[in-house]
Amino acid sequence: MAGMTTGHRLGPLDDIPVGEGRAYAVGDLKIAVFRLRDGGVRAVSAVCPHAGGPLADGLIDRRLVVCPLHQHTFDLSTGCSTTGQPPLTVYPVRVDADDQLVLEI
Amino acid sequence: MTLVHAAGHLMNAQLDPQAGEILRRGVERLGIEVVTGARTTEILGKHTVTGIKLADGRHIPCDVVVVAAGIRANVEVAEASGLEVERGVVVDDQMRCLDEPDIYAVGECVQHRGQTYGLVAPLWDQARVLADHITGRNPQAAYHGSRVATKLKVAGVDVAAMGLKEPEREDDETLVFSERKKGVYKSVIIRDGRLVGATLIGDVRKVAFLMQAFDRGLPLPEERLELMFDLGAPPAEVSAAELADDAQVCNCNGVSKGMITACVADGVKTVTGVVDQTRAGKGCGTCKGLVAQIVEWAAGGAIEEDPAASWYVPGVPIPKPELMRVIRERGLKSVSAVFATLAPGGEEDARSKMGLASLLKMMWDDEYVDERDARFINDRVHANIQRDGTFSVVPQMKGGVTTPAQLRRIADVADKYGVPMVKLTGGQRIDLLGVPKEKLPEIWADLDMPSGYAYGKSFRTVKTCVGSEFCRFGVGDSTALGIAIEERYQGVEGPGKMKLAVTGCPRNCAEAYVKDLGVVAIDGGKWEIYVGGAAGAHVRKGDLLATVDSADEVITLTGRFLQYYRENANWLERTYAFVPRVGIERIRRIVVDDSDGIAADLDAAMARAVAAYRDPWRERAAPVTPGQFRPSLPLIEQPRVPAAGSPQREA
Repeated sequence: MAGMTTGHRLGPLDDIPVGEGRAYAVGDLKIAVFRLRDGGVRAVSAVCPHAGGPLADGLIDRRLVVCPLHQHTFDLSTGCSTTGQPPLTVYPVRVDADDQLVLEI
Repeated sequence: MTLVHAAGHLMNAQLDPQAGEILRRGVERLGIEVVTGARTTEILGKHTVTGIKLADGRHIPCDVVVVAAGIRANVEVAEASGLEVERGVVVDDQMRCLDEPDIYAVGECVQHRGQTYGLVAPLWDQARVLADHITGRNPQAAYHGSRVATKLKVAGVDVAAMGLKEPEREDDETLVFSERKKGVYKSVIIRDGRLVGATLIGDVRKVAFLMQAFDRGLPLPEERLELMFDLGAPPAEVSAAELADDAQVCNCNGVSKGMITACVADGVKTVTGVVDQTRAGKGCGTCKGLVAQIVEWAAGGAIEEDPAASWYVPGVPIPKPELMRVIRERGLKSVSAVFATLAPGGEEDARSKMGLASLLKMMWDDEYVDERDARFINDRVHANIQRDGTFSVVPQMKGGVTTPAQLRRIADVADKYGVPMVKLTGGQRIDLLGVPKEKLPEIWADLDMPSGYAYGKSFRTVKTCVGSEFCRFGVGDSTALGIAIEERYQGVEGPGKMKLAVTGCPRNCAEAYVKDLGVVAIDGGKWEIYVGGAAGAHVRKGDLLATVDSADEVITLTGRFLQYYRENANWLERTYAFVPRVGIERIRRIVVDDSDGIAADLDAAMARAVAAYRDPWRERAAPVTPGQFRPSLPLIEQPRVPAAGSPQREA
């Protein structure tokens, strides 16, 4: 995992309530970061490929996010849609020792 | 209605004259006049149709003419391109156009071995061969033509026909069974011991068996009668098992028996599940019975009822009454507790969260552990999300009655925030559209009006008409009652939205007959209460629940009915489905007559919900969760304060 990626600090993990998502801009990218109830974090593109909906506002569980506009669903680990839509980009994200969210792109 | 057919009998291409006669009687039984041997030569009338004229001089008067013209192959482009065209574009067994090995053609535009096809099943066969060629999967694939079988309903009469309709040669064997009175006709034609033609009208139970024998040239039973009748043998189950794996069950979508059994082997044990995955039965639907038989047979008889039908939410496999009982017994007060205790593997399910949140709030009121992540976005920010990620703000306007001061405040707020659209809603209030999420708390503060709850699965509005306060026809004070009902039940959540109305006389200007609960003032100071109405995608007139003498009784019964609905309806089941499902008589007995002795409990539960009401727009004072109103779209990168660690980190 060494090499070409850059770590971007997005902010404190606690900026995201447990079980919800928040949206971040990183350069030109719009990214939705989710804080799962089991402690995990996931990051995917923030804009739903179906009609541009705000994925950070969607309901999640451990596996999926549901876009609030038309209920299209996406796997948070692979980005694949389970409702026939094009996939999301998935970004590696983690929490560092200072409880900060770090995005690797 | 008159059916005019040029040939001597109906469906002359598929049926012999006797069969055509039986079909004719079936059609005539519907009151349709049938005229055969009738070639239409003219359509009469100057500005509108007045009738048609036939070749033999007969004149049939009518107001509308519907012409069934059939199809002809569309060969313009092929002809202009110099391809070989006769009745259709001529192709070989590999679907290639003559003398053009790089051009392929399939479908109704095509002529193969002198035949053109207007039905879908042969086109699937052609497409399969073409696919095998252009993907390289099987360069030897060849199309030899299709043995055409039709199975359909004509004016309510089942008709199936395949191959020859009449014997052609001296030594062709035929059997014919004809029962004119019942409208049943069956004939089979056998040549060299193989089935080359069959016709069934009125009773098509043997069609699966016959089509298989026809398609595959199977050897036939010695006792030829068995082709038409089940002689003492068990019928349907046997044919599901007997069908070969590659026998085509669904002609519309090209689904074979093997594809269905593979789906069941994969773990799909419901008919609806198999239909969803394979699309069998989703065309004309005539094969659905056989599909169900095959699924049952493949599942070893252990077919499952579609579970979604009885579960309250998809992620917890328990129907609502049982679910409520367990929740109460185990004291499950949060959505995460329900998942952990009752979901398979303790797994959360995103699609079940909203329904569970609503149920738990209703059951526990103030004791409900409100996990915000279980709320849909509308309920997290108390506004209705729009297609561009902005929100709509609808302040409460009880009974659709407002004041100049309210209007001025709304107008000022719309100006201050540059609200793109101000619109009146069907619920008789004002909607401010296009509000960015981060502006919501400020707008609520400036409006200083309570939330109109225009966004949730909850009590919405009480529409009113003016009533006796001003209207010369009003026999009841509908505005006062409407406002009182909305004041009491504002914001009460439920399995679906609840839209009400109170109207001041039976002229019903407030459309009370088509509401979840509608109140109509009638002469003598009485009020009628209707329930289960709807006027959206579904339209239904409500059923009369009761007629009462006072506004107070209306308010009580309204609360009791709504509570009964909240407790017993399935998630997203509106009253227009709930009321007919339970039955208005039963609802009346329980809610009005208190036959089950639960009226006091219902009243008390509703009173608790009323007492627990909090205006959600008061969350403007302080957000409940971090970044509750932070925008999710569009985003502007925030200037980053240089942190102790630099942004460049090793992976």
